[in-house]
Amino acid sequence: MADTESVQNRNSLILLFASVGRGALGLLGDFGAMTIFFLLAFVNIFRRKQLLAIVNQVFYIGARSSLIVMLVGLFTGMVLGLQLFYTLVKFGSTGALGSAVALSLIRELGPVLTAIMITARAGSAMAAEIGILRISEQVDALYTMRIHPVRYLISPRVAAAIISFPLLTAFFDLIGILGGYISGVLLLGTNAGTYFYRVQSSVDIVDIRGGFIKALVFAVIVSTICCFQGYFCHMRTQGFGAKAVGLATISAVVISCVMILIADYVVTSFLM
Amino acid sequence: MDTDTPLIEFKNVTKQFGDKTVLDKVDLKIYENQITTIIGKSGTGKSVLLKHIIGLLTPDEGTILYQGKPLRGMKRREREEYRSRVAYLFQNNALLDSMTVFENVALPLKQTTNLGKKEIEKRVKKRLEDLELSDSLDKYPSELSGGMQKRVALARALVTDPTIVLFDEPTTGQDPIRKNMILSMIVHYRRKFGFTAIMISHDIPDVFFISDRIVILWEGKAGFQGTYEEAIRLKHPMIDEFLRSLEGFEDELTGLLSREAFRVHYGTVLGGSGVLPAVSAALFSVEFDLLNDALGPLAALEVLRSLGEYTNRHFQSVGGFSARHSRDQILTIFPHTSPSEAEQLVADFAQQLEQEGLANIESSAQTTIGAEACFEVYVHAGITEVAPADDIDLIIAKARANQQIVATHRCDTGGSAG
Repeated sequence: MADTESVQNRNSLILLFASVGRGALGLLGDFGAMTIFFLLAFVNIFRRKQLLAIVNQVFYIGARSSLIVMLVGLFTGMVLGLQLFYTLVKFGSTGALGSAVALSLIRELGPVLTAIMITARAGSAMAAEIGILRISEQVDALYTMRIHPVRYLISPRVAAAIISFPLLTAFFDLIGILGGYISGVLLLGTNAGTYFYRVQSSVDIVDIRGGFIKALVFAVIVSTICCFQGYFCHMRTQGFGAKAVGLATISAVVISCVMILIADYVVTSFLM
Repeated sequence: MDTDTPLIEFKNVTKQFGDKTVLDKVDLKIYENQITTIIGKSGTGKSVLLKHIIGLLTPDEGTILYQGKPLRGMKRREREEYRSRVAYLFQNNALLDSMTVFENVALPLKQTTNLGKKEIEKRVKKRLEDLELSDSLDKYPSELSGGMQKRVALARALVTDPTIVLFDEPTTGQDPIRKNMILSMIVHYRRKFGFTAIMISHDIPDVFFISDRIVILWEGKAGFQGTYEEAIRLKHPMIDEFLRSLEGFEDELTGLLSREAFRVHYGTVLGGSGVLPAVSAALFSVEFDLLNDALGPLAALEVLRSLGEYTNRHFQSVGGFSARHSRDQILTIFPHTSPSEAEQLVADFAQQLEQEGLANIESSAQTTIGAEACFEVYVHAGITEVAPADDIDLIIAKARANQQIVATHRCDTGGSAG
């Protein structure tokens, strides 16, 4: 009886390890595939007849995301202004509000929140759009016309993300600092000159460069993950057709968001 | 290239999806400048086979050769060169639904050639005009009917002037006239541009009339490959059963009996009674290819359809039965009718056909060749006596020898067979 129980326990343990191992191998395989996928897309950015497609995607991913980025940036800045004001009051240093708002935004919140916003708005659309092209054989049709699907569909999106993310991040930062000004200066009465002086004096080029690097890293992560999920949605075993597109879109958004936060920590630790 | 060397050859090609073997050691030969039609039940791997030719799928085992050279061993440039010669028409059209008709057709030219904007526009418009899509340039695929979408896909496949065109069920979802129009178009373009067509289609009998070779996929293998006549002569139970199941009882375009039904009918009516006083046959034909070139496929098919419809209507009441025996030849058997009586019947028929049937094609023809242009249609008929032992091929040969013009239509003067 005891022997049977111990065999069962051992088998459960083996199954557990096997499943963890399979998961890890799958993850490693996906990571490798995504890396190759990104490199292929990146190399093809520099092929001919790409400029117009890239401009179109910059408009779609970048320009059309600017309103949502502006709204989120504004309220993030206002909340920061509010929270930091009441924190700084306790230490009698409300004059440092400008520095606190600007550094929080430029170093951390700007790149992360912008990336998450673009993921929600454009990343999900990328995955769904490419997924639909895939399941309706339009990707195969491109191949039969000698149009490399990665070059035609993925490269412009990756390029547009690389261009748009830093620009939108800068826009987010700017609007966020104005948000902090609205709540901290206009509503709570901090001195306007002090606020902007502190912003100017505390923000260093290193901070801006750090935010820029993060934005670039997030652009690569989001565009690669979202396009990859859509492009290979037909290989999903959990669902086919429209369901596969739905699952691909969910995976694209969830994985991108998680990866943004993980990458944020990794990049920050290197920059510090 | 040696004329006996196949353009494309499958050698022992096997393809599996999971546990299912779709292609099982397929050996197959496709020759240049021919129309090869692949038929087979659903799920027998017809589309899979086509996708191997264009490189969307690769075999698990075996080799595919192009002009005797394995595709797998080709250098990148050679492979690109090969791919530039092949076009594919998808079963579900696979049009890019966020693009207009014009953009869809222009896409391969824009992306893979260095042609200027004006030249691309000219080529695309010409191709769309050929396929009667000039009014739909700015429409999106979702705004078009299934048939129109198919024609857009066909225009896109042909716009790069490929030398090998793969048609995956090009006529699915079309009405009988459009089905035949697409098939006519394939024949017409093949003659004009000299491409090799490989087609999956079940539009019996027309697909057989236009095919040089047929391939029957059966249980993962190429069960038969050869001409349609060879398939019929082979008398293999599998092929017989399969072809009969496809053919049905009626010719969809003309409403006449199918060839198989005609054969059975001929056997029972003439073979069964033994003592028939007189039996005659008439072979009607129009020069479809000439009509197609002169009037366009729609009007040419209208002539063919009218001929079938009038033959059916006119001769059924006197016990005659008819079927098409090639694309543009209709054989009618008149039991209990002497050749002189048959001549009178045919003369009456020709008059009615001239006055009603052929007159109707004017509007169809004018849409293709313009209101001012003039055209002529000639219907030939040949009458012969049928001996009890005559087989159908012999009757056709005898009747063809007696053929003369029995009905004409000219746009300026109307009917005037004289």
